[in-house]
Amino acid sequence: MPTKKIAGFEVQVNDEGFMTNPAEWNKEIAVALAKEEGIEELTDAHWKVIEFCRQSAAASGAAPTLRAITNGAGVSTKDLFALFPKGPAKKVARISGLGKPEGCV
Amino acid sequence: MAEETRKMAFICSKGNLDMAYPALVMGWAALGNGIDVTIFFTFWGLDLINKARVDHLEIPPIANTSMKMNMMGIPGYIGIPQFMGIIPGMTPFATKLMKEKMKALGVPPVREYLQMLVDAGAKLYACKMSVDMMGLKKEDFVDGVIDIVTAGDFMDMTENAQIIFI
Repeated sequence: MPTKKIAGFEVQVNDEGFMTNPAEWNKEIAVALAKEEGIEELTDAHWKVIEFCRQSAAASGAAPTLRAITNGAGVSTKDLFALFPKGPAKKVARISGLGKPEGCV
Repeated sequence: MAEETRKMAFICSKGNLDMAYPALVMGWAALGNGIDVTIFFTFWGLDLINKARVDHLEIPPIANTSMKMNMMGIPGYIGIPQFMGIIPGMTPFATKLMKEKMKALGVPPVREYLQMLVDAGAKLYACKMSVDMMGLKKEDFVDGVIDIVTAGDFMDMTENAQIIFI
């Protein structure tokens, strides 16, 4: 398993750059990953989504789908796509230190 | 990311309930992956964006040899005799079953799904020839349908897009 230094922390990642151990994640890593994804600043609205994803994954073992996020985090589809532009599905999961979402909706 | 955004265009030509979902599922996945999505509705596909029709799409068991009785909880792949398809009530029955299965999987109804795609940035267009043939107007369509366009317009707007015909 390759490792990568993100925000000064050595973490395990897969070939696509997703962290493989959610326990290694922290907020500084999220900020650094967000910058890599082109999001300069994580606002309260971003954190609300990220925290929901973390909780959801802790309960289910997999990153939530976009629809699970809009329903669960109380954020509209429009806002979710504005917060994480150009492909929120992978971006949200990656910034949250999770794998790619499993599920089609 | 300086590279050009990948583009996909779906042509929806069918109006049965089962044929509404391919473009919705793939379109949603595409948007989630940062791909630009355009959907062109033509012929019976117009039912998917017709306000009066979108909540009443159906799936008929007749002439559908893939539909087996296991949908009704009977194990194996026992077929539904074709003559049964003409019994009044079979189509609503099959439709109800499919809607229940979809709901159980957390898949939204077509109207809501379309709205999700629009909110995520999908661009919807209706085919002018089909609209004229069916005597429809822009007001007959759900919000999010941008315009009624010709086949030529569609070609212009889908330059360099990957096109999927459903």
